[in-house]
Amino acid sequence: MPQRIDVAKTWKLYIGGRFVRSESGQSFPVHHRRHGTTVHLCRASRKDLRDSVEAAKAARSGWSAASGYLRGQILYRMAEMLECRRTEMAEALAAAGSQPPKQRLDEVDATIDRLVSFAGWSDKIEQILGGQNAVPGPYYNITVPEPTGVVGVLPPDKPALLAGVSMLAAPLCVGNTVILIAPEAHPLPTALLGEILATSDVPSGVVNILTGRRADLIGHLADHREVNAISAVNLDEENLTDLRKRAAESIKRIHHERVTTPAWMKHEERCSPWCVEPFLEMKTLWHPSAC
Amino acid sequence: MTDRTPDSTTKVPVNVATSASWEYAPAPERTPVEIEDRYGLFIDGEFQSPRSRRWFDTANPATGQPLARVAAANEKDVDDAVASARKALPGWSRLRGQERAKYLFRIARRIQERARELSVLETMDGGKPIKESRDIDIPLAARHFFYHAGWADKLQWAFAGASPRPVGVCGQIIPWNFPLLMAAWKLAPALACGNTCVLKPAETTPLTALRLAEILQEVDLPPGVVNIVTGAGRTGQHLAAHQGIDKLAFTGSTEVGRKIAEAAAKGDRRLTLELGGKSPHIIFADAALDQAVEGIVNGIWFNQGHVCCAGSRLFVEESIQEEVVRRLEHRMRSLRVGDPLDKNTDVGAINNPDQLDKITAYVETGQSEGAMLHEVNSQDLPTKGLWFRPCFLTGVQPSHVIARDEIFGPVLAVMTFRTPEEALKRANNTPYGLAAGVWTDKGARIFEMARRLEAGVIWCNTYNQFDAASPFGGIKESGFGREGGRHGLRAYVRL
Repeated sequence: MPQRIDVAKTWKLYIGGRFVRSESGQSFPVHHRRHGTTVHLCRASRKDLRDSVEAAKAARSGWSAASGYLRGQILYRMAEMLECRRTEMAEALAAAGSQPPKQRLDEVDATIDRLVSFAGWSDKIEQILGGQNAVPGPYYNITVPEPTGVVGVLPPDKPALLAGVSMLAAPLCVGNTVILIAPEAHPLPTALLGEILATSDVPSGVVNILTGRRADLIGHLADHREVNAISAVNLDEENLTDLRKRAAESIKRIHHERVTTPAWMKHEERCSPWCVEPFLEMKTLWHPSAC
Repeated sequence: MTDRTPDSTTKVPVNVATSASWEYAPAPERTPVEIEDRYGLFIDGEFQSPRSRRWFDTANPATGQPLARVAAANEKDVDDAVASARKALPGWSRLRGQERAKYLFRIARRIQERARELSVLETMDGGKPIKESRDIDIPLAARHFFYHAGWADKLQWAFAGASPRPVGVCGQIIPWNFPLLMAAWKLAPALACGNTCVLKPAETTPLTALRLAEILQEVDLPPGVVNIVTGAGRTGQHLAAHQGIDKLAFTGSTEVGRKIAEAAAKGDRRLTLELGGKSPHIIFADAALDQAVEGIVNGIWFNQGHVCCAGSRLFVEESIQEEVVRRLEHRMRSLRVGDPLDKNTDVGAINNPDQLDKITAYVETGQSEGAMLHEVNSQDLPTKGLWFRPCFLTGVQPSHVIARDEIFGPVLAVMTFRTPEEALKRANNTPYGLAAGVWTDKGARIFEMARRLEAGVIWCNTYNQFDAASPFGGIKESGFGREGGRHGLRAYVRL
């Protein structure tokens, strides 16, 4: 009998800036391969998804209107908080098993660096992707990128932290609000990420994190009219076709890529402006020029 | 004046002597245009009889007279066109950008050389006033080819840090409101970026695209680089679902756009959609009113209102509503409706009978919901052909069908607002997000309105301006992807 009994954490969903249990009242077991223990994560329902969308929608105008400087500082703060909890996050990655300790820490470090890099895009992307257009006639004509809106993010199982954070940071840094659905096979690092966001001054509802069964959520995400875009990787042919078909009703943007696990470590490639561009809409302004 | 009348279905005849009642001598455009009896499909550089063995008529909506028989492509015909584009792809995509550019420059020049002929043909087949096809559609089509020609050898500089490659075979489906111009919007960037194309023009307006095919032959564009398949919606569905295309671009209604997106869901193919709109047009009390009224006129009555970005919801600051309505009525009286080939005509023929029925039904619904119709009855309409008088409705509520649905006709819904916040809220209260207009003399307000209006194109103290260098396209349910400018190239390259 040990001297002191551990206080185990109750894992929750992160919706609208609060840690909440699932409306479903259901959970699913996640086996911690290294510790040999089992934890229970919330199995998010359609209602939880809808609550997340509502929270994300409500947070939209504030987050998109925030200055790039402020958004950049908040993403940088996320990196700071993750740095503080580096070993804890590596432990969460260990739940997934196979990786050696060095590789787990490498993934956490790469994730921290990724956040720092995306933090910098928040006040620079306009100059890279926007511009003035040379139209004939007495008009001032400019194009500026604006965030698409509410983005659903479906990261792959591996790398369980780096892929999810890369896919989160790209829409986030330019003013979108996000519903991040944790990878089903390795959800612990994403679930832990909520606690990092909650201490990084990310406004309530700007990022919402759900754990659960993909099949319970993905169709409703595609159907929801207030979700403007979905970012996904490596979906199988059937799931991708189904997602696109359901998204057609609300003219939702589907950004889908095929990315190998090692490719997520390619830093320059994974935080290029072309990773951010799918979550921007180009707005073009015309104004006459005359005295 | 008040917004509502006791009998809301009463029409308001405006019989005051106006400029429209002045006698104008007819001023018809007389440039002769030869039209063949039949046009086959343009596949592999040749006009071919369709495997379907089916043909349909394309008519002049101003007279009802058939102009030509046009091939109706079936699934096998679409197969042939896609196969031809696939065969041409390696040669075209490997051709040096500098050389590809020369073909596009040649096309631009030939369109300029044959501009009047194309304008007349466009007006005959589609019903738009000759002054619009002559001064806008055809010159802009040439401009698109000329502009994009210049990009063909500069693509490596267009995308920061990336190496663009062609997407492959592009399926492109275009509408009947700007037939040749839409063909140019689709073909020019695709070709500049090294792709090959299968273009499907609208059923009611195929003739200028087929004339463009003749131009492509004249300028020796390699066979198969552009293929043109004519037909109705089914032909478009075959093209959208075809597994041999790498990218699909569609311009048309949101309703059809949904079906197209569903048909294109299978396979890993790129998609861009330029769909419908119900664009808000906001007039503040401090606006330059004469210019704003011209903007309203241009925003809703240009091209019979067959414009996806038409400023069809007018929001006027309450204090100037009476003044704006008075000026708008006055201006509406001077619009000349009639023979599209007449150089004085402002509003031409409605493109097709289905559209005329739709517009008529919407105006009836608007009146039955309690809005008041303002139109001019002083001018006789031609006895033959498809016509609808430009009009506007006041006393419109945000919940009314005419304030929500895209009418795609010369029908304006007029509403009011008191504060900028209210204007923004009402303007953005729509699933669409194609364009918006704002008129005010305050610079700071213009920028804040432009920032907060949910639309892809914002016209500030102007309306309905277009150019090849300026990206055009929508947000929300008005679609995704841009056409024009550097941003328009993005849909036609892999990075």
